Amino acid sequence: MSTIIRLEHLKKDYAVGKDAITALNDINLEIEAGEVFGIIGASGAGKSTLVRCLNFLEKPTEGHVYFEDRDLAKLNTKELNVARQSISMIFQQFNLLMQRSVLRNVMFPMEIARVPKEERKKRAMELLELVGLSDKAKVYPAQLSGGQKQRVAIARALANNPKVLLCDEATSALDPTTTREVLELLKNINQKLGITIVIITHEMMVIESICNRVAIIADSRIAEIGPVKEIFARPSTEAGRKLVYPDGDRNIHFGSRRCIRIVFDGRSSFEPVIANMILDCKVPVNIIYANTKNINGTATGEMVLQLSDDEKDYEKVFAYLKARNLTVEEVRNYV
Amino acid sequence: MFDKIIINMIVEGFWDSIYMTLVSTVFAYLIGLPLGIILVVTDKDGVKPMVWLNRGLGVIINILRSVPFLILLITIIPFTRWVTGTSIGTTATIVPLVVAAAPFIARVVESSLKEVDKGVIEAAQSMGTSTFQLIYKVLLPESLPSLVVGAALAVTTILSYSALAGFTGGGGLGDIAIRYGYNRYQTDIMLVTVALLVVIVQVLQEAGMKLAKVCDKRRR
Repeated sequence: MSTIIRLEHLKKDYAVGKDAITALNDINLEIEAGEVFGIIGASGAGKSTLVRCLNFLEKPTEGHVYFEDRDLAKLNTKELNVARQSISMIFQQFNLLMQRSVLRNVMFPMEIARVPKEERKKRAMELLELVGLSDKAKVYPAQLSGGQKQRVAIARALANNPKVLLCDEATSALDPTTTREVLELLKNINQKLGITIVIITHEMMVIESICNRVAIIADSRIAEIGPVKEIFARPSTEAGRKLVYPDGDRNIHFGSRRCIRIVFDGRSSFEPVIANMILDCKVPVNIIYANTKNINGTATGEMVLQLSDDEKDYEKVFAYLKARNLTVEEVRNYV
Repeated sequence: MFDKIIINMIVEGFWDSIYMTLVSTVFAYLIGLPLGIILVVTDKDGVKPMVWLNRGLGVIINILRSVPFLILLITIIPFTRWVTGTSIGTTATIVPLVVAAAPFIARVVESSLKEVDKGVIEAAQSMGTSTFQLIYKVLLPESLPSLVVGAALAVTTILSYSALAGFTGGGGLGDIAIRYGYNRYQTDIMLVTVALLVVIVQVLQEAGMKLAKVCDKRRR
């Protein structure tokens, strides 16, 4: 795969009165063509600023943004506007033109790109078909639900056959069911049209359901970066752990006894591993936390077990699980 | 009650008022609309910030707006004469009306355009719109209902200015009201002209609000 977007030592400062506040600091990132790349972080971590640097809605204070090996800072206004037709964007608040019908919203970017009128209309209808809203072509955005508005925004974003689709908290204003539908649509677009997708979110669930790789942003920097499965299985930083166990500090109290965390891959989650382990090792365990999720088509889960203080029991259990190729780690008061 | 001459005069005054108001509104918009757009676009948070231009324009507009219309009317008589060849009559009145109304309209347009959602502007920019495209494809259409409400406000304000122009022989209903009602104590004629002005304002205002409602697509 080739790199489509590359960030080098990106820095962004904002002037607040006399002081400068650093929103992003030394960001280095390579996004591959065709992947779904997630950027996650708590609000205020700088992720929205980061995504706006990718299409130069925000100009970085230092560093470079390369789109297909072209430095965006070196383009003049006209060239930048043409480049932006290849890097489209959808937003949390949808940002549809309220005075235009759904059809004319989808036609808008093609007007900007000076596509002939007949072609505009034809393509817009195809796109509405793709997002499942052909019956709403003549309706105005005010009459649509949130999920429908985001579908229109997606259709509009695809109008000029972009190479990259930036999603800035695109599902944060939607309910869980609609979120899943919109994520499903994005996944389809990625797979069918081969468009690279960059997703900004604060929800781990969004990253898990469609991203291949993820970068965790904390305190204006990239804390961790890697394949979603790996980060999910072994978050190595404080910021990563906070995101992977979002309700950890609320629900789990380990006390003095030791706990282990087991991560299941798609295969083993269909076996009664824990039951067999208890029968084989004859060790009582206390299930503290359990969760299974669908990550890129395979069932993945994690479980936190509390064990007795007996060192032998602990080693037995650990060895048993290791023998079954499960990822096991000891956890001590990680909250 | 009135003889034919008076009635004819009032009818003529009515049409003179309409003529002055509408023609002045058109010219005032030709100047005020672009100025309003420039104010929004060159604002420090605008799509093309140009602070010096924005400030300079703002100061000029504020100065013109703070001069009382009656003073402006008299002060610019030489200019009016240079443009129209005369300083009295309806056509001559159009000049000071435009000079007074254009900066007012610039501010009305400015406030309408500033109502456009920043997110929508950002979305359009992310699609590669030029500043010019952003103005005529996003800012103006998206704020259309508000612009129409502003136009109703502008046209009624210009009508009331035009009535003031009666003091310098500007023609129209205001002129009649001043000459007959104020100078000759013919209260009945004054009342009729004032009533007609009220009717015109009502009709223009209502029509403006209706039109704004029709072109507002934000309703559910």
